[in-house]
Amino acid sequence: MGKLLLATIAVILAPVVGGLIAGLDRKLTAWLQSRVGPPILQPFYDVFKLLGKSPMLINPWQILTVWVYLVSSMLTVFLFFMGSDLLLMFFVLTIGAVFFVMGALSTQSPYAQVGAQRELVTMLTYEPLIILVFVSIAMVTGSFKVSEVFTYGKPLLYQLPLMFVVLGYALTIKLRKSPFDISACHHAHQEVVRGVLTEYSGPQLAMIEIAHWYDVVFVLGLVGLFWASSFWGCAVLLAVTYFAELVIDNVTARMTYKWMLKTVWGWGLALSVLNLLWLYAG
Amino acid sequence: MLKDWINKGRLKSPWIVHFDCGSCNGCDIEVLACLTPLYDVERFGIINIGDPKHADVLLVTGTVNHRNKHVLKNIYDQMPSPKAVIAMGACGLTGGVFREAYNVVGGVDKVIPVDVYVRGCPPKPEAIIDGVVHALGKVKAALEAAG
Repeated sequence: MGKLLLATIAVILAPVVGGLIAGLDRKLTAWLQSRVGPPILQPFYDVFKLLGKSPMLINPWQILTVWVYLVSSMLTVFLFFMGSDLLLMFFVLTIGAVFFVMGALSTQSPYAQVGAQRELVTMLTYEPLIILVFVSIAMVTGSFKVSEVFTYGKPLLYQLPLMFVVLGYALTIKLRKSPFDISACHHAHQEVVRGVLTEYSGPQLAMIEIAHWYDVVFVLGLVGLFWASSFWGCAVLLAVTYFAELVIDNVTARMTYKWMLKTVWGWGLALSVLNLLWLYAG
Repeated sequence: MLKDWINKGRLKSPWIVHFDCGSCNGCDIEVLACLTPLYDVERFGIINIGDPKHADVLLVTGTVNHRNKHVLKNIYDQMPSPKAVIAMGACGLTGGVFREAYNVVGGVDKVIPVDVYVRGCPPKPEAIIDGVVHALGKVKAALEAAG
């Protein structure tokens, strides 16, 4: 019962936390670029404004895909705080991402089509790595359950340092940060307009933003698993990781999808194999 | 309460799509200057985006002619309401020095309704930011009138 309550509270609070992280993200990015930057609450203003805009749908299919994306993102956060199975969360997360791409593919716009293809490639890039991270967590703790990780007692980071780097790659892709923001880039980069987001507008775009906040909370939760044994260790790890993501975002330009595939799979698989061999030998 | 938040959002997050109807690039680089750390319009929540479907404000520079007026109208129609239009520079306001040319329609307001005019050839970045603030003032007045 306690778990259910915790998970429900987490689902309610996750968009607030995700939005604040997004606001802090923009503020820190501005600081790194010697600017003042928008207020911390700016992402909330954006989302409420988008909710109030008149809907402009290309087809009714878009409503369904956006809802599935949002609900699956909420469900991953719910399952995570229930201490449920990591593989189940992975599948639910994938369903959301696939529907998000399907919404973009259902339109005629060439920008949305290009963005959708790139989003599919990015999914193809990060998903094997996330699976490997989960498998390595299971190898250490003996279970795929999040609750088992919390009762494990020692920080996973000691045994899985290389897997943490691999998760960092997946995190950068999932947060849509440079150099991997090839499918839906932010702000002034306008090469594919906004890629996979091009044909979503108004309330649908707001819901996608909220779903993205849930994704951020979930992925940061995965990062937190690597130091689940102490609250402060977990907090410091999250802060350092997110700040590192921001710095990487600001010092790198966007690359091509082929470069992304080669680099992330190359490094990701090599680091995973090394870490797994080390675990196996030790 | 949700309505209050939405209205607050409308005033605090004007996303701009910038359309160049054949300007000399003078106005356009002034628009881009607004994004630099010196002026940093993002602190007001203003983002220059490329997609009319996400935009709230259409910023038009350059002379409208018989060929690009259809494109201008198309972009305007693709923006979900509520939306505002800002015409910029002498060319955007009236056609400027090209207003007598046979292919020039005149100002932006001959094709789509314009809310705010920003004068200058080219206008300073301060004037552009001021134009957006005026457009927001009009939005605010409209919201208050609607209750």
